Amino acid sequence: MSAATLCLHHFAEENYALEDYQGGVPRWCKGCGDNAILAAMQRLCRDEALRPEKTVFVSGIGCSSRLPHYMRTYGFHGIHGRALPIAEGIKLARPDLHVFVNTGDGDCCSIGAAHWIHAIRYNMNMTVLLHDNHIYGLTKKQASPTSPIGTRSNTTPRGSYLDALSPLTVTLGVQNVSFVAQAVDWIPESLFQILTAAYRHRGFSFVRILQRCPEFVGNMFEPWVHDPQRMLMLTHADGIRVSPALQKIYRNQLPHDPADINRAREIASSEDPIPVGILYRNPEVPCYEDLRGAGKLRTADQVRGTLDAELDKFTVWPQ
Amino acid sequence: MNAVTPLPARANAARMGSAATVAKHLQTLDQHVIEIMSDSGEGAQKCGQSFGSIAARTGNGVWTVEIIPAEIQPPARSVAGASGNRIRIGSHQITNGGDEADIAVAFNEQVLLGRVNAGELKPGCIVLLENMWAEHDDAKIAGQYAETRDRLVAEGYRVYEVPMETECRALVPDPRKGKNMFVLGMLCNIYSLDMNLARDQIAFIFGKKDAKVISSNVALLETGWQWAESNLDFKYRVPAVKATVPQVVINGNTAIALGVLASGMDICAMYPITPATSASHYLSDVFERAGGIVHQAEDEIAACAFAIGASYTGKVAVTITSGPGYSLKQEGLGLAVMAEIPLVVVNVQRGGPSTGQPTKVEQGDLLTVMFGSHGDAPKVVLAPGTIEDCFYSMITARRLAETFNMVVVVLSDASLATAQQPFPRPQFSTEWLAPPVDQNPVPDGAKPYDWDPVTGLSRRFVPGQPNGMHTLTGLAHDRNSRVAYDPEINEQGMRARSMKLATLQKTLTPPPVFGDREGELLVVGWGGTRGAIEEAVARLRGEGHRVSSTHLTFLQPMQPGIGEILRGFRQVITVEGNWSDDPNDPLIDESNRRYSALAMLLRARYLVDVDCWTEVRGRPIKPGTVYTELRGRLAHLETSR
Repeated sequence: MSAATLCLHHFAEENYALEDYQGGVPRWCKGCGDNAILAAMQRLCRDEALRPEKTVFVSGIGCSSRLPHYMRTYGFHGIHGRALPIAEGIKLARPDLHVFVNTGDGDCCSIGAAHWIHAIRYNMNMTVLLHDNHIYGLTKKQASPTSPIGTRSNTTPRGSYLDALSPLTVTLGVQNVSFVAQAVDWIPESLFQILTAAYRHRGFSFVRILQRCPEFVGNMFEPWVHDPQRMLMLTHADGIRVSPALQKIYRNQLPHDPADINRAREIASSEDPIPVGILYRNPEVPCYEDLRGAGKLRTADQVRGTLDAELDKFTVWPQ
Repeated sequence: MNAVTPLPARANAARMGSAATVAKHLQTLDQHVIEIMSDSGEGAQKCGQSFGSIAARTGNGVWTVEIIPAEIQPPARSVAGASGNRIRIGSHQITNGGDEADIAVAFNEQVLLGRVNAGELKPGCIVLLENMWAEHDDAKIAGQYAETRDRLVAEGYRVYEVPMETECRALVPDPRKGKNMFVLGMLCNIYSLDMNLARDQIAFIFGKKDAKVISSNVALLETGWQWAESNLDFKYRVPAVKATVPQVVINGNTAIALGVLASGMDICAMYPITPATSASHYLSDVFERAGGIVHQAEDEIAACAFAIGASYTGKVAVTITSGPGYSLKQEGLGLAVMAEIPLVVVNVQRGGPSTGQPTKVEQGDLLTVMFGSHGDAPKVVLAPGTIEDCFYSMITARRLAETFNMVVVVLSDASLATAQQPFPRPQFSTEWLAPPVDQNPVPDGAKPYDWDPVTGLSRRFVPGQPNGMHTLTGLAHDRNSRVAYDPEINEQGMRARSMKLATLQKTLTPPPVFGDREGELLVVGWGGTRGAIEEAVARLRGEGHRVSSTHLTFLQPMQPGIGEILRGFRQVITVEGNWSDDPNDPLIDESNRRYSALAMLLRARYLVDVDCWTEVRGRPIKPGTVYTELRGRLAHLETSR
């Protein structure tokens, strides 16, 4: 066997176990929805056989953003609101890496909102998980932009004043949007399916995950958790196919073609029932890293040649 | 310094005919300062830069600096709208823009007034003034012109009225687009420059356009030369020493951009801000040809975070900004310090605080970059003192960032940014480039922050390296990069990050002293004031004073041996372009006086009673101003012995 064949053979046989992706012991509260997201991510990495050393989880600050610590891949636990530009820098410098972003509703939709809008527009190939629990958890219960109006918190003791921002409609309103989905932490099978579809999409895959925070807003999603009829499962041959087992529980289903952005925007506007599935997908949107020619090898001769050509323009030669 | 003497000239005479040839008085000069100013878009900058290039090819020392209005399109003929160039040429190396101008060329009298009011023209200086306004249809304009001309004459300026419009109209349909080359011809005549070099220069700058453009500009050039030959009663010669090595004539921002290219960095993330942006403009043009990428981020914070992300994956990235942008980046810089991600940051300083004076020079950010972010955030701080330094400091910065896994800040300023000075053409070396990104497996048992007990250094693991997986964090962390609130570990991390500065400092050599190592007065400076300080010191030394200077390139860590240098002098003073309280102000005494940035640092570190003299007038500090200030101090020191 030649070296190349051996190498290919090695690749073909490369497979991993869940343990290969398990890092530190999670320190989230009991019943926190982040545990379900972590489990789905580890399963995704295993099933897609992502090489741990080629995989980077980038996060900001908040409960959600602890997730990289619990993976056994490369992780970048950055600063509040800036996970997306950090992830963009990583991807532009190294398009060969698998990049995931874990961010929360405060991290993404409040302090990092500017980056969120532009990240959609850049459409770099990465998977973004918005852990949306409608509350600030790490700083102990303050209203977030996605808190429903009237949410009582430490900064809004008489109830929050403003209508909640919808991460889905905002994302679907930005130029170059290429993948938008919604999942919930309490249906693990669909969460995994949706994350897999997001990972396989080439572009900026934005998945809003409704995530329970039993500590601070324990009742936030209870009506939906206990009433499957208030969940709206989006199905399509090009989207998610709901398994027979799930179909029995979640009978409220809506065929929706992810190519239809206008319909996606209508569905995204629904808060009750909660839509679950792929709202929009467009594989044709160009990725910024491709537009910029990222990842090309650079030689010393190229640098020398360019530098000398430039210096020629400014050189005063001895007469 | 120069030898201009009043001439019994035909200056201030009314219009001059174009036929008669006047008697010439040829003077040899050591150096001269010329200002050319017009409304925006009339090409005074191109004229000034071309003149500088021709003088450089002749072998003169040259320093050119842009005169930039604050607005993009200031109203025509406005006092605040002067756009143009200051050029200082000399028979020796020129290191700064010099003192008040000796000759001013103005395309209208209002832009000239702006420079007169700013005190930028020498009393009695020669003024070459476009005279088309004298007979303007609008009586108000004609009146303004006559009034200004008469005022300048009354104030002793030698005003020559030049029929630029009339002369150029014979050659081009729109004289507004041709006056600059007419003026270039005039200046070539005045300074006895070789017209063949001027024609070459025109062929070079219009090289991309067709031959007609070149020939009409050459015609304008020759007409300007002839007009000066026939009408002006003075002529100068600034002796030149022909260069023996190829030199490049570029400004500080171009030098920084070329330095980024030459250093082997791959990614520059930036957000538009004056006066830093021209570096990124230029880089955007050339970087991609060598495989690099300039990313214009959505804001300064994102630009910093983007560069950090890129650097994290292997090769050091750079972000380029000015003061307000630097403030925004600071949280990100703290992350890079904490996580030990190498990063190069360029801060082209401008007037502050807040929006301040965006196009004007100031050295107000030294303490911010040293101590900025929050908590203890040690970074390396370099300050180029010349245009040449701007180029090489990028190569140095990249290597330091990579070797020490640190943030390296390069502090340039608005005057270096737009000033041009010839320096020996850099000879590319592959050693300037970054090594390939290490993708080898990490040895078993190695830790991502295995701080060396002495140096604080640790080996960095980058994504793609098998066995090196860890989560990097801005939280306090242990050697394994695990979040740690343990008191011991927190102190160990702080110590390691601090030790890296000490380790770097041990590799540095003492700064050179300009002049003797002992004397009455030592001047300490940093950054773009170098040329002005050394010129003033040289002049005073020439007059027999015991004064020296030293210029610091490394502000953090400071080079070794500085304390010994300071102690060789009776008095030490810093000269800086930032704020310091005047000890003579009624409320100011030693208990509340705010010293300038470097003075404060030197006092704290070396326990020497360092004084300071500073100026925040939004323009480069003039050598003459430094000279006068130092001479006063020396007189006091010399009589108090």
